Amino acid sequence: MLEVRSLTQRFGGITALEDISFAVAKGDITGIIGPNGAGKTTLFNIVTGLYTQTAGAVLLNGKDISNLPPERLAPLGLVRTFQNIELFGTMTVLENVMLGLHTRSSSGILACMAKMPWHLREERLIRKQAYEWLDFCGISTLAEQKASNLPFGRGRFLEIARAMAVNPSIMLMDEPAAGLNNRETGELAALIRKIRAAGVTVVLVEHDMELVMDICDRIIVLNLGRKLAEGTPREIQENPAVISAYLGEG
Amino acid sequence: MELADQIAQYLVSGLSTGAIYALIGIGFAIIYNSTDIINFAQGELVMLGGMFTLFSLNVLHLPLPLAILFAVAAATAVGVLFERLTIRPLKSPTPLALIIITIGGSILIRGITMMIGGKDTHAIPAFSGSEPILIGTATILPQHLWIFALTALAITANKLFFEYTITGKAMRACAVNRRAAGLVGIDVKRMVLFSFAISSALGSLAGIIVAPLTMTSYDVGIMLGLKGFCAAIIGGLSGGIGTVLGGLLLGVLESLGAGLISSGYKDAIAFIILLLILFIRPQGLFTKAQTERV
Amino acid sequence: MLSAYREIVKFLLLVAIVLLLPLLIQEGYLLNVMVFVGIHSILALALNLLLGYAGQISLGHAGFFGLGAYISGILTATYSINPWAAMLAAATLVTLLAFIVGFPILKLKGHYLAMATLGLGIIIYIIFNEAVDHTGGPSGLSGIPNLSLGGFSFDSDLRNYYLIWTFTLVAIGLSLNLVNSRIGRALRAIHDSEVAARVMGVNARLLKVQIFALSAGLSAVAGSLYAHTMTFVAPASFGFNFSVELVTMVIIGGLASIYGSLLGAALLTVLPEMLRAFQDYDIIVYGLLLIVITMFMPGGLVKGLPGVLTALRRKAAKEESGDA
Ligand SMILES: Nc1ncnc2c1ncn2[C@@H]1O[C@H](COP(=O)(O)OP(=O)(O)OP(=O)(O)O)[C@@H](O)[C@H]1O
Ligand SMILES: [Mg+2]
Repeated sequence: MLEVRSLTQRFGGITALEDISFAVAKGDITGIIGPNGAGKTTLFNIVTGLYTQTAGAVLLNGKDISNLPPERLAPLGLVRTFQNIELFGTMTVLENVMLGLHTRSSSGILACMAKMPWHLREERLIRKQAYEWLDFCGISTLAEQKASNLPFGRGRFLEIARAMAVNPSIMLMDEPAAGLNNRETGELAALIRKIRAAGVTVVLVEHDMELVMDICDRIIVLNLGRKLAEGTPREIQENPAVISAYLGEG
Repeated sequence: MELADQIAQYLVSGLSTGAIYALIGIGFAIIYNSTDIINFAQGELVMLGGMFTLFSLNVLHLPLPLAILFAVAAATAVGVLFERLTIRPLKSPTPLALIIITIGGSILIRGITMMIGGKDTHAIPAFSGSEPILIGTATILPQHLWIFALTALAITANKLFFEYTITGKAMRACAVNRRAAGLVGIDVKRMVLFSFAISSALGSLAGIIVAPLTMTSYDVGIMLGLKGFCAAIIGGLSGGIGTVLGGLLLGVLESLGAGLISSGYKDAIAFIILLLILFIRPQGLFTKAQTERV
Repeated sequence: MLSAYREIVKFLLLVAIVLLLPLLIQEGYLLNVMVFVGIHSILALALNLLLGYAGQISLGHAGFFGLGAYISGILTATYSINPWAAMLAAATLVTLLAFIVGFPILKLKGHYLAMATLGLGIIIYIIFNEAVDHTGGPSGLSGIPNLSLGGFSFDSDLRNYYLIWTFTLVAIGLSLNLVNSRIGRALRAIHDSEVAARVMGVNARLLKVQIFALSAGLSAVAGSLYAHTMTFVAPASFGFNFSVELVTMVIIGGLASIYGSLLGAALLTVLPEMLRAFQDYDIIVYGLLLIVITMFMPGGLVKGLPGVLTALRRKAAKEESGDA
């Protein structure tokens, strides 16, 4: 599904990622863990086209997407959420999700200005679908709220709803449990499983080990920009290199 | 006159205006590095330098050296006041808010100057006469020499300040990483204030030393400020030698363009260079690009 | 859906006011002021689409306004082309020009974008002054004909009033439709988080350029209208100061507020007329307004005033109860 080949990223003197390779299988929930500064977010930024890698390649379904900008990736079914929530704060919750449906509509500037009938039809459809995704994530009661007024935890769910609206085949989530309380983390785990059940492959960067071990099929461990280990949750828990990296850090 | 002589003449005047642009540009860079603000009011401080000198010569009847000191001090006070009253209290300093506020400040300063000093253009006497000095076949005015000397002095003093004083080092730390600087106990707000003070002082000095050549009025700040910014952009907003080279380059190109191509479009040259640099090498001519953090 | 009806009612109310206003003000001078309010409204609206919605500043919009005015003026006064055709040509050319320069310019962000658009505006302004053979240079270009429909010429203050405000109302209507559509959402999304918008599939680069071109084209229409109602244009109306004035209108009325643009344009057109006694000192007022509004009412008057009023009232109430 998603394949990363010998990815290297340097920022001036810092090497944030060095020669990272792995593959994500369709339908899996893959966890990526590692101490702070390991390069997890950088990896996501490269895969989603926000950074241009120093070397290496990213393939989606066998197609090289290394040099595509982010806006070209959404139509291919690749979306993500952000570690520091990136909502559209001045818009309502509903509008946020409707933006996720941007690529599913096509009216141009002139059609929108003139309120052409097909534009209005499209708009009604988008609105309906947006409500469905809010329902899917359990936040449809908040539809008319301004996104910047949401409590933090709800914001994470809104980001997921917005990403689902893109109709992705693969979703990258950057620390979705950060800042959530226990109950919300439980809801999140259920939601991620539901997303997978809907046919979406999930890649999850997360520090909450309990969550990762609970829902992931495979786990990749990064440390200081290098891949330290890869395997099932059980294999990772027993891997001495991983244990020493985490203990060494703590 | 031979073409070569003409060119030599253009070089002399180009280098001296270039020096002025460099001084103003360094002011831009110092503030930018400590605050991420491009201070649109920078040009008005340049203008204030000239106008305050005029005021202290004609109204206070100070001797020239004292008048210059007074003007630098007064313009610096205005710059500091501006930071304290408008920028520091700002609750959400988005780039847009900062652009608008510094533009607001610039037209406010310009308007008040016009209200008090009128709209006339004034001459300021050259520092030591205006008897041209002959060098080879080109002539150079004593004021040009003053400009070169004082600019070099100011830039050296600035450099020494940033290299060797505690405050200068603290300001450099802020430029690299403001949050980290704050964490190690540097008073970031004070450093921001200092950066406004220093760049106001440099800007007003530029305005003072150029005034005898170009005359001064309430509205000279816009163009001088923009060209100083252009110098800073060529130099990659470095505050160092890059901006100096940027200023000199701009001054020379402008002077050659005005002399050899068309004087009416002289001001356009600077802006075309500005646009080209921004389009092709927004990081400046002398620095490498960085990956923007997401 | 209720809000949609409210929008329509609001708009119809505005149409009614525009239609009936001449019953109240018949004096030529006041009508003329209202003509300027209309032209400035179109400009503020155009800039607000870019600045308020997409969050991209332009300090060069006076240049596009001027290009519209000069293209229309030169085509009609010098080449005797039909004014409507000239207006169409002006709008098309400026839209195209903005679209082309938009690609490199809108790659820039924040202060850099501000400086680049400012530079572009000044270059255009210098051309107005220096291309004397075509523009008449600093002394301007005269003999521009009025617009006319059939044999009906828009040559009186009242006729111009209705002409300009027809355009203004259409521009307001179209803008309202636009900002409440998928394009409007995408613009606001770019403003709030460009990175997230792109990840959701919004081609931010292209959309920014498109809206820049649309905004410039609309400004050019305003310029063309200006040229044909004044029948004279000179560079002084299209300098940097006017670009700043336009930004002031948008900020005062409120970023991302269509009706706010109208209010901002009206205030900044009527205010200087009232401050006639102060002559050129109106720029002091602009400077103060820019600073004060940005510091204390970042949403502009339309959104900010109610908030400030309640805050004042609350404060007053507190003081009263404190006294007791
Ligand atoms: N644009 C950039 N320019 C320079 N350095 C960067 C940039 N982006 C990331 N880095 C550096 O790359 C390294 C990896 O950062 P990254 O954000 O990928 O870590 P992470 O694994 O996501 O950490 P965390 O768990 O804290 O989120 C860090 O040293 C960081 O400072
Ligand atoms: Mg991270």
